[in-house]
Amino acid sequence: MKTYDAVIIGAGHNGLTNAAYLAKAGLDVVIVEKNDYIGGAAVSRQLENGYWYSSCSYVCSMMRQVIHRDLNLTKHGLMLVPYLGTAAFGENGQTLMAYTAEGPAYNELKRFSAHDADAMYRLLADLDRYSTLIRKTLLRTPPDPGSFKPRDIKELMFLAKTFWEMGEAEIYEYIRFFTMSAAEFLDDYFENDFIKATMATPGIIGTALGVDSPGSAYILLHHVMGDVDGTIGAWGLARGGMGAISNALAGALQEHGGEIRTNAGVDQVLVKNGKAAGVVLENGDEIHAKLVVSNLDAKRTFTKIVDRDDLPPGIFERAKNFKIRGSSGKVNIALDGLPKFNGVPDNRYINRGGQAFIGSMEKLERAYDDWKRGKWSSDPFIESVIPSAWDPTVAPPGKHWMSNFIQYCPPQLADGPWTPEKRDAFGQTVIDKIERHSPGFKDLIVHMEVRTPYEIENEVGLTEGNIFQGELTIDQLLFNRPFPGYAQYRMPVKNMYMCGSSTHPGGGVSSACGANAAREILMDLKKPNTVPEDDCHDTQYNIF
Amino acid sequence: MSNYDAIIVGAGHNGLVCATLLAKAGKRVLVLEANASEGGLGASREFHEGFQVPMAHGAASFSSTVLKDLNLAGEGLSFSDALPTVGLSEDGNHVSVVGDSVTGALEADAAAYPAYRAKLKRYAKVLKSIWESTLPRLGAGGLAESLVYAKGALNVRMLGRDDMGEFVRVLTLPMRDLIDEVFEDPKLQGLLSWDGVIGNKMAPRSPNNAVLPLLLRMNGLHDGDHCVPNGGMNALNEALLSAAKKAGVTIRFDAPVAKFIIEGDENGQRATGVELASGEALEASTIVSSADPKTTFMKLVGTRHLDIQFTNRINRLRADGMVAKYHAALSELPKINGLDDLGGRLLIAPTFDAIEFAYDDAKYGEASEHPVMEITFPSLQDPSLAPDGKHVMSVNVMYAPYKEKSGWSDAARSAFLGRVVETLEKYIPGISSLVIAQELLTPADLEAEYHAYGGHWHHGELSLEQALMMRPTYYAAQYNTPIPGVYLCGAGAHPGGGMTGLPGRNAAREILK
Repeated sequence: MKTYDAVIIGAGHNGLTNAAYLAKAGLDVVIVEKNDYIGGAAVSRQLENGYWYSSCSYVCSMMRQVIHRDLNLTKHGLMLVPYLGTAAFGENGQTLMAYTAEGPAYNELKRFSAHDADAMYRLLADLDRYSTLIRKTLLRTPPDPGSFKPRDIKELMFLAKTFWEMGEAEIYEYIRFFTMSAAEFLDDYFENDFIKATMATPGIIGTALGVDSPGSAYILLHHVMGDVDGTIGAWGLARGGMGAISNALAGALQEHGGEIRTNAGVDQVLVKNGKAAGVVLENGDEIHAKLVVSNLDAKRTFTKIVDRDDLPPGIFERAKNFKIRGSSGKVNIALDGLPKFNGVPDNRYINRGGQAFIGSMEKLERAYDDWKRGKWSSDPFIESVIPSAWDPTVAPPGKHWMSNFIQYCPPQLADGPWTPEKRDAFGQTVIDKIERHSPGFKDLIVHMEVRTPYEIENEVGLTEGNIFQGELTIDQLLFNRPFPGYAQYRMPVKNMYMCGSSTHPGGGVSSACGANAAREILMDLKKPNTVPEDDCHDTQYNIF
Repeated sequence: MSNYDAIIVGAGHNGLVCATLLAKAGKRVLVLEANASEGGLGASREFHEGFQVPMAHGAASFSSTVLKDLNLAGEGLSFSDALPTVGLSEDGNHVSVVGDSVTGALEADAAAYPAYRAKLKRYAKVLKSIWESTLPRLGAGGLAESLVYAKGALNVRMLGRDDMGEFVRVLTLPMRDLIDEVFEDPKLQGLLSWDGVIGNKMAPRSPNNAVLPLLLRMNGLHDGDHCVPNGGMNALNEALLSAAKKAGVTIRFDAPVAKFIIEGDENGQRATGVELASGEALEASTIVSSADPKTTFMKLVGTRHLDIQFTNRINRLRADGMVAKYHAALSELPKINGLDDLGGRLLIAPTFDAIEFAYDDAKYGEASEHPVMEITFPSLQDPSLAPDGKHVMSVNVMYAPYKEKSGWSDAARSAFLGRVVETLEKYIPGISSLVIAQELLTPADLEAEYHAYGGHWHHGELSLEQALMMRPTYYAAQYNTPIPGVYLCGAGAHPGGGMTGLPGRNAAREILK
């Protein structure tokens, strides 16, 4: 029977990136995927004739450009379209257009507060500086602070030096920023509640924290440090849906001779003499390989597919305690036409952009209170995009599809498990809220797919439906991700690695985890490194 | 020519510690206190004729280093053994924790507790050198100053590889995650969360800010277990006062300070004395404020002496109090089903969620619908607090936001008082019939009476961004301030609140340098 050099479990974007880099380095690799399609949470699925949903992730900004270029993803069909902006909806009919162009954006903010319009420059410049430090670490392996290896000491020194070079005041501001809540952080800038709320929302996306919870300021940064074509903070759409990213990565993998097997869910990792030796599939087939890379989240990897007896003591408990909390839902809607929104003039291009149904700071926080009580938010934060407004390939002519991301939705309900009825009631909550801002919206609905954390977990395989494969709190970042001592992509079982978002630098369609893991694997195999390292050459500022 | 080298503003415990240490080093020291007695937020308070309560419940956090430095044992001060913390249950099945022993909780949890406590004790010990040092400015100090951090880092390294990783991970956990990983008993979970969140705008689910205050408390006398001075909390204040007088400190009560006198010339500004509310001016080259940072800088120094960025940072300090105090004079001790000894502290915090949901109300400026609380009967330790046979009860109630929506209107206050009494009655049936007199102090009241901004216990949130070399804010975190001659020695300075005595002690060392 054939023995591969490596088997990668899970054809999400990080698994594909990892496999592509290993294949590019000359390894004989196979990637196994439980679903009959690849992509994990970066997929385009035709669930209604002619409509291609990005069922899970829906915008692209974190994708490391250096990987995009290095793996030639454009050649494999990936094309990013810059995002045009967002119409935010507040209370009592308030709307705020977040234009991507500087002038209109400034004037729009000025309608609410001249002070805040000026403060926005300060905020964006600050965020830009803060993100630069983190961006430098994205394509690097975190050092192990408990190790005396020259490499770890060197890396620690690099981090310390980068930190030190910011200068005294900046260091303090940075620490503050890392530990405080989005609400308090934004209090330093803005006086207007609605502007604050529009800027606070990236701090809660995908996270079981509220805008008032310490730590949410960092999450905010995590969402604004991406870039599109060198513009930091910009968002983009993948033409053809998020599946285009996975397909391009698969193209790169296949170009280098890698193999993809779908309908191949892994039942267990084969461990022989304390070393990973392949996988057993759910249908009983065995795939033998010299090393095993798991793109599943840390909890799933160590509590489901690795036998507890094969793990050193304590790891099972660590995995069990790994914080991976589902907090978001998704409602994908096929529309008969482009909806109109109250307060958004027809003649503005932004009415073809994104929508953010926000309310106020208090509403955002109260939405979290519902989650804490085991309920979906009765008045949730919804972030919507109508990708078909930019991209004609995802819906039939004249028709549209709308992606709605909902915060918060719990993985378990206080009154018992999810049922199809409860799921539909959740979907109803969402479209009722949109209808309030877009009269007649419901009449446009052709088809609707409602996904709670329960559906996300069952289909994509993300534990609790957590979109980041683990909360992005300080205790689970950098050298603590997923657990202290195992942050360098090597896992407690020999010849086994992890390459998913449970590892540094965490969630988002960035490909960084997969690439970093590939670099470590190649190092262990004593092969020359083919994975790009530094990605921080860009200095272009995006104001608004 | 001035009669004094240093003037200390405030005769709270930190002010007295600082004053005593300066006097012992030969300085001529004057302490000015606005109220009629010493102790500040740790003082005793007569709230009804013949009935007194100490404002602070215990001295668990008090630093043994400070005890030694001031030789407070020589003033006759001694402390009780560790006293139990009891999580009250409506059904009489209370959970009780003291030392390594847990009773009334799930057996597996009781068995797991000693290891959990040992772990936290190790981490508290690692930080001891950090609590007792002035933490130099980052990126500005020389090699010698960085040694403080090197020593701290070395202590962490000495934990060993695995424990060090765990230490770094645990440091920013919310109380809920820290506890949830080990314990399953809801009552024990509620009880153990308490010391991480009390006094702060924080609940069990809040990340980043809870473990550090818990470890600071564990640096105290019985590794964080509840304890009181023998003879009651007053014994501590009396010992501090007596030590100060013995060292030659002059103390003036009823002498509120209106402002610091700051003079400037081409060489910059400098503090030269203070002006009392009565108009009297007193000279000294060193002015040490044990008042909270907001009061110190915004009121006593005055913003016209500060640069705008620094002023902004003081303005945005988070220091809105969240704890109200409820005091009751009792005709006799209540009887609590299933609990014989009322000498410890009793908590009404039956689950994580009970605390969390009580907090949720406060986020929106409302006092908790279902408040959680910490109850003591101080007259058990100090019978002189109440007439013969009678008792006093002191309760810390969370959450009562300083900035209550209605501005603590009479209606809001009496509604909250009603909920407090109702909750107490639920857990201690019959208690309300024993009440002779009662009072409720909101954070706004505490601010008015004890001159601490926001009525905040710790003179500012003990959160990471306001801790260590950032407490209260950078460029004022080494006990000195942007105004030469003005120093901080209160709970608003490193290492923070909770009656440790360390800010006063560390400040004195810095001033004497």
